Amino acid sequence: MSHASPVNEVNETYNYTVVRQFSIMTVVWGIIGMLVGVIIAAQLAFPELNFGPYFHFGRLRPLHTNAVIFAFGGCALFATSYYVVQRTTQARLAFEGLAKFTFWGWQAVIVAAVITLPLGMTSAKEYAELEWPIDILIAMVWLSYLAVFVGTIHRRRTSHIYVGNWFYLAFIITVAVLHVVNNISIPVSLFKAYSVYPGTMDAMVQWWYGHNAVGFFLTAGFLGMMYYYVPKQAERPVYSYRLSIVHFWALIAIYMWAGGHHLHYSALPDWAQNLGMVMSVILLVPSWGGMINGMMTLSGAWHKLRTDPILRFLVVSLSFYGMATFEGPMMAIKMVNALSHNTDWTIGHVHSGALGWVAMISIGAMYHTIPRLFGQTQMYSISLINVHFWLATIGTVLYIAAMWVNGIMQGMMWRAVNTDGSLMYSFIQGVDASWGGYVVRLIGGLVFLSGMLIMAYNVWRTVRNDQATQAEPAPQAA
Amino acid sequence: MSSFWSFYIIAITTIFLVGIVALIHFTRRMPDPGGEGAQTTGHQFDGIEEYNNPLPKWWLNLFWATIIFAVGYLIAMPVGNWKGLLGWSSVGQLTEDQVEHERRYGEIYQRLASIPVEELKDNPQAMRVGARLFEDNCALCHGQAATGSYGFPNLTDDDWLYGGSGDTIKTTLMAGRSGQMPAWGDALGAAGVRAVTEYVMQLSGQDDVNTSLASQGQALFNASCVACHSQDGTGNQALGAPNLTDNIWLYHIPGETLRASVQHTLEQGRSGRMPAWSGVLGEERVHILAGYVYSLSQEQAQDPQ
Repeated sequence: MSHASPVNEVNETYNYTVVRQFSIMTVVWGIIGMLVGVIIAAQLAFPELNFGPYFHFGRLRPLHTNAVIFAFGGCALFATSYYVVQRTTQARLAFEGLAKFTFWGWQAVIVAAVITLPLGMTSAKEYAELEWPIDILIAMVWLSYLAVFVGTIHRRRTSHIYVGNWFYLAFIITVAVLHVVNNISIPVSLFKAYSVYPGTMDAMVQWWYGHNAVGFFLTAGFLGMMYYYVPKQAERPVYSYRLSIVHFWALIAIYMWAGGHHLHYSALPDWAQNLGMVMSVILLVPSWGGMINGMMTLSGAWHKLRTDPILRFLVVSLSFYGMATFEGPMMAIKMVNALSHNTDWTIGHVHSGALGWVAMISIGAMYHTIPRLFGQTQMYSISLINVHFWLATIGTVLYIAAMWVNGIMQGMMWRAVNTDGSLMYSFIQGVDASWGGYVVRLIGGLVFLSGMLIMAYNVWRTVRNDQATQAEPAPQAA
Repeated sequence: MSSFWSFYIIAITTIFLVGIVALIHFTRRMPDPGGEGAQTTGHQFDGIEEYNNPLPKWWLNLFWATIIFAVGYLIAMPVGNWKGLLGWSSVGQLTEDQVEHERRYGEIYQRLASIPVEELKDNPQAMRVGARLFEDNCALCHGQAATGSYGFPNLTDDDWLYGGSGDTIKTTLMAGRSGQMPAWGDALGAAGVRAVTEYVMQLSGQDDVNTSLASQGQALFNASCVACHSQDGTGNQALGAPNLTDNIWLYHIPGETLRASVQHTLEQGRSGRMPAWSGVLGEERVHILAGYVYSLSQEQAQDPQ
């Protein structure tokens, strides 16, 4: 138990083993998922890079999204939630065996995805592509996760439950519901099942799932992360307790309604599109509540940004979160959506959230957590964190700027008409004009990925240093 | 939608929005701790404390503004069976746009569609409109230069499956075509397929033909193929049966020898489908498009002179 910190009074230690496992895999899956992203970005710029059925864009694209969302993002959420819930409740993780199962089960899910997606086995539901046997394993892992998390909160030695844990818990509960409901299907063979929902209803259920995957997996979960790491790293109290109450409840309630905006101008009834739109507009405000609470927590600690690159990661991630959550409601307005729908603008929006918010806050959290898991006070090299910070920021900006330019250009080209009312540009002319943006996007992705490689080196050196400190006494819980 | 579900949707939306207003109202009225730094909530989690600062004013106002917008929008627009004060619907908007489009551009198409198909090639405006229609609708299969590819006919030569007069082209575009070559593998057997292949090679004037095999093939051809492709192999445009003597091939598989492709066609058959465009573009646009496609083969035919 050399790695574990003793918990107050009792002879109990934190379970850091599972946190360590998930933390290391966060870095590993981050590199793999982003590498696949770079490959498919290259395939879009240079189509001759599409080889055979297994190495084709159509099969690698879901592998990229699954790897970065569920493997990289998922491992980061497991790692930080297990770390945060123990430290903020002063209790060891409940159900040792189940916690272990969540790690190995989740890795099995990811490996299954890496095998089945290139083989072309897919339910064809975006962000829910995995076939039914894997879906069942996901559900089992997720319910175990819920049991471990709730069990730990139940054992807490604090009178109240910390706000970070509200967000983590909302994320875990909702993802279980979303996953099960969206994937209800009738198997016809071991690797094929068909959704029980017909036509437009299937599309609505899928995007109720899809948008809440963004809302809960990629937002609520990471807000939980934000609520621990920002005040902890800044060493400042959280700005406003009441703001956290109102934005928490408003956020989780309103997200549920917003999925319809993915189906504007489709066969979805007008009223459902309208509800999806107005709720998305309201959603701007609770989303910004989280950003404000994080940013204002830093008031009085701004000078720390000069010396602390971890804090920079956290602050910049909040800025991208604020930007993406302004952009999203704007794109959900039907008039704007008429321009942006099906263009690269959507891809840019997603990546301003994925790279700018999700990846940056996860990276910041990992740089805070990993040394503490391996008996150190800080990472092997602070200046390498700084290099990573700039690579991540520049990569993200290149990526999203390229996609904004492409997206707006495509939207304008598709709607331009000649004096005879015919379309001014054929579709292929729009593709042709987008090529420059595709190359810049590829460069942005490469820059971001190179930062992850530097992180891997820094983590490896930090963890290796652990050999020397293993014999030393474990650090005390704060 | 039944009135129950309409009521359900409107009720749950209303209750939800009222709930959000109540949430803001309640939290806003929590007692003020007296400014930042004055006091915290008293809880501590792993060293983290919490202030209880009031909700930022501008943020609160933004919240009210979006809720007022939402309520206003839902009164103006449809929710459940409520049609909205503006009476807007997406089908209604589409119809309006179509009427507006027709009002603005209808005259151009009417005027051009009144010119006979084969004369449109001399009208520069018709050629511009036709070229755009072609790029947006036809280039995907026939290529931007209309030269076709494997399985998709070249439209710039004067070899026509169904005939190249202006009216025939228009008929092809309006109703589409379905070109069926039956599979002869079972009927002819492997040896028969090889023999007929050799005869077809000879018909089109290939120079490496096995003549004795070809003459065996000719007998089989006369028995099975002439009904569509005619006695001399020049085909039949009424059926869309290709001319086999002109050395122009619709199904020459890229990277394969011509002999292998012909043999494959005989064994397996072919099914070519040209979609119908009358429902997509309407007769006037199809008329102009037919004029453009007609002009493509005319330019080619005139080039050598």
